[in-house]
Amino acid sequence: MDWTAFRLSIELGVVTLLGLVPPAIVAGRALAYGRFRGKGFVEALVALPLLLPPTVVGFYLLVLFGRHGPLGQAFEAISGQGLAFSFEGLVLACIVVNIPFAVQPVQRAFESIPREVREAAAVSGMSPLRAFMAVELPLAWPGIVSALVLTFAHTLGEFGVVLMVGGSIPGETRTIAIAIYDRVQAFDDRSAGLMAATLLVLSVAALGATNTLATRIGRRHDG
Amino acid sequence: MTASGSGGEGLAVTLRQQRPMPLDLAFDCAPGEVVALFGPSGSGKTTTLRAIAGLHRPEHGRIRCGSELWLDVEQGVEVPPHRRAVGMVFQDYALFPHMTVLGNVLAAMGHRPRREREMRARELLALVHLEEHAGRRPGGLSGGQRQRVAVARALAHDPAALLLDEPFAAVDRAMRVGLYGELESLRRSVRAPIVLVTHDFDEVARLADRIVLLERGRLVVQGPVTEITNRMDLTHFGMQYDPGSLLDARIEAHDVERQLTRLVFDGGVLWAPLLDAPADLRLRIRIAAREVSLARRAPEEISLHNVLSATVSTITPAADPALVLVGLQTGGARLLAQVTRDAVSRLAIAPGTPLFALIKSVAVLRPGSGLHT
Repeated sequence: MDWTAFRLSIELGVVTLLGLVPPAIVAGRALAYGRFRGKGFVEALVALPLLLPPTVVGFYLLVLFGRHGPLGQAFEAISGQGLAFSFEGLVLACIVVNIPFAVQPVQRAFESIPREVREAAAVSGMSPLRAFMAVELPLAWPGIVSALVLTFAHTLGEFGVVLMVGGSIPGETRTIAIAIYDRVQAFDDRSAGLMAATLLVLSVAALGATNTLATRIGRRHDG
Repeated sequence: MTASGSGGEGLAVTLRQQRPMPLDLAFDCAPGEVVALFGPSGSGKTTTLRAIAGLHRPEHGRIRCGSELWLDVEQGVEVPPHRRAVGMVFQDYALFPHMTVLGNVLAAMGHRPRREREMRARELLALVHLEEHAGRRPGGLSGGQRQRVAVARALAHDPAALLLDEPFAAVDRAMRVGLYGELESLRRSVRAPIVLVTHDFDEVARLADRIVLLERGRLVVQGPVTEITNRMDLTHFGMQYDPGSLLDARIEAHDVERQLTRLVFDGGVLWAPLLDAPADLRLRIRIAAREVSLARRAPEEISLHNVLSATVSTITPAADPALVLVGLQTGGARLLAQVTRDAVSRLAIAPGTPLFALIKSVAVLRPGSGLHT
């Protein structure tokens, strides 16, 4: 069992959540309620990482992150180190691949709140911010939870993009998914099996937790 | 935001737009008055209500409530909905499903000091008879209970204008009459202008003081319900109701010995079976056209209590080709009588003919649950 890889994966998952979910809530809400030109285009762009092969996404990110890429140069100017094959680059890559997993459930959740309920908040004297905190957020909560769980689980399991952008540097970019691949390559089936089982248990637990939470909230709403 | 429902001169609304649907209307609503926006679906009733609440922005318009200007497109004034002191009851109530009944009411009290809120919220729940349901969530309530939560929440905002969008549409018929009674007692305690959107003529007859009749976004006519609904040239009500006249009356006295109540209205005096209601109470009554017979001479020694002298004003065909509707002027009021075509020729009835109207029964629509005579 590669505990360093395991810890790195958890860290990567948490940091990706922190970086992705707040903007995903803002973006999901905007897509749910906003009426603007090019909305369909934005929605397609959000879904794009679902369709592209991970190697393709990884390749373009590598170009962006590289020594001659715009993001890589900007990052190097600020921090003095390269973005490709670094933990920071991995976080950025994971945020990009997880956009659809975070934005889409949030968007659906906000869409499911009846327009009249939001209007009722306004005519009850709630400011837009208060209506968001007291009415929209609690009602969209199941969608936000599933965005959190999906993003976290998907980050733990992401392989292709992580390998392309991060390589397999122990303690920096070698996540548990990569470690499993390494172990299999080295014919160390026991370690690979142990880590695979750990990922499996984590995923099942996460799904179970979301389901329980979703039904509990649903029951609460039915009074 | 002020909590003064009684202050000011009520609500004044002018709206005009081409898109998304044509709208061209203007009306006022005084404090304590119920104005019904009436018309078929698609006539712009709900859009008008939403514009008053600030949920719809018309192309042109001006909305004033008391001393506050809520909208003046030409001057660039537009107060957002959460800064307008409106109480709104939505058609399907739009309660907050994740909050308790009490929470729903408290949610509309942001304008009050925190320590006052809970006591006031419980008062309001008592007013709509929901105290014992304070801790429940809307999902577990019946339609009628939800409607009353919505009303309590609307009142919790201390509205300077109360807006009701088809508030009875989602409640079954049997429950409505009781809810009408509650709205009736409500309007006595809330001195705010009340705008009621409905396409149910029965609700107009029972609840409204004035009617604003809309058709495809245009104002057809507006005025007192008792006047407008008795007009024969308006076909908008004909299909929904059997012909008759709505009248406002007042209880003058009770004659307990004879088991009768004496009512006065613009056309004179009417006797009704003893009503269990205080003297001076204002009533909305209805006299169906088929309950009125006509006589050339004053009848003597008859069982009917109500014989009024009247003058024929109009004669119009009824839905049944054998019948006609005779419009009668009696004092300041208008009555309708439904008689046979044959009777009209036998009695030689023409506009201007003096007659006696024999009234068989009077129905009390307001207050309460329609006691019939």
